[in-house]
Amino acid sequence: MLSSSLIFALTGVALFALGLRGALLHPALLGRVLAINVSGAGVFMLLVALAYRGPAGNPDPLPHALVLTGIVVAVSATALALAMGRRLRQLEEQADD
Amino acid sequence: MIIDAWLLLDLILALLVLALGWASLASPDLKRGVTLFIAFGMLLALIWARLRAPDLALAEAVIGAGLTGALLLSALRDDPGLERPGGPGRDGSGWWLGLLTLALAGVMGWALTHALVWHPNSGQAQAIAAALPESGVSNPVTAVLLNFRAYDTFLELAVLLVAVLGILALGPARPAYRPAGPVLAGLSRWLLPLLVVTAGYLLWVGAHAPGGAFQAGALLAAAAVLLRLAGQADAGLPGPAARRWLLVAGVAAFIAVGLAGLLGSGAFLQYPAGWAGSLILLIESAATLSIAVTLALAFIGGRQSEIPVSPVEKESTPC
Repeated sequence: MLSSSLIFALTGVALFALGLRGALLHPALLGRVLAINVSGAGVFMLLVALAYRGPAGNPDPLPHALVLTGIVVAVSATALALAMGRRLRQLEEQADD
Repeated sequence: MIIDAWLLLDLILALLVLALGWASLASPDLKRGVTLFIAFGMLLALIWARLRAPDLALAEAVIGAGLTGALLLSALRDDPGLERPGGPGRDGSGWWLGLLTLALAGVMGWALTHALVWHPNSGQAQAIAAALPESGVSNPVTAVLLNFRAYDTFLELAVLLVAVLGILALGPARPAYRPAGPVLAGLSRWLLPLLVVTAGYLLWVGAHAPGGAFQAGALLAAAAVLLRLAGQADAGLPGPAARRWLLVAGVAAFIAVGLAGLLGSGAFLQYPAGWAGSLILLIESAATLSIAVTLALAFIGGRQSEIPVSPVEKESTPC
């Protein structure tokens, strides 16, 4: 039985795996941060797809609230990761000098 | 069997989002990757709207596509080192890691398909709908965030605070942008008041319609990012002392309301009957300011001393 929930839940799983692979294998630090964001989007999509109740029913608000907090935490974690990467490169350059 | 139009749209959206995600990670040029990621975020916002999650669509459009994209692009501008290959995983061991993630995805997809087909999801929707009249607001997502699971939101604001403290501790701010030309300056003069008013509207309307503290705070932060891109180094934020107060305002409001509930009715974050709506608005207003300042400082990327010139200049010239 193909349904909208199932389509987007499976897409979420695929995005999660895609992001996980990128986070493990991407050569550049910034690429890894990008990949973690993609895999986070996959988790969000899984949650939102499971909350969906068809075009007539009201969706479950609990996963929506979780994803909303998740989106905000994801952007602050991204900013922290970029700041740490920047500091790391500075320390490496100092060590090279 | 005839596939109905909605399923066809869903399949197209799903394939597009997968293709964009793949292309953004596979692109050897990271600038192109980040640009594709911004498009990926916009498509996600569209999908949230399709799945009847308008609160998320608003937040994703501002944060996922807008602020994250701005952060990544400014990191690309300032730190070319982040594009260099580094760390483990560059040797020939890549293929089996790829195989393992593929196997993981296969198992997860199989389990999910079985769960969805044999156990149609029940969830908490009925319980939340039943308790909604007592929550003080009529938007179920706001009710979950600020009433039924206020503890989660409280600790989430604490997580934001810890993240921004980490960013401030790691070093000086990124270099500022040069003053905007006439087009961007004119555009920002038009956009800024609109962004601030829309943020206030989203904060207020969040009680009974899509919106709330997160969307409003993110929109205010977007206004600050625009100001900084137009050449204003402090992004329109107040001085250091006021910044600190604004950073902790959300957590402080939560603690104050929580302790008052503890004294009044014996449970932390238990709102007294009849007061829930006003207390939620109070917490949300403080949280909006905290989220806005947090995200703006995250974009500035570090401590701002009076004039952050000398260390930054040195760092941007190749030696």
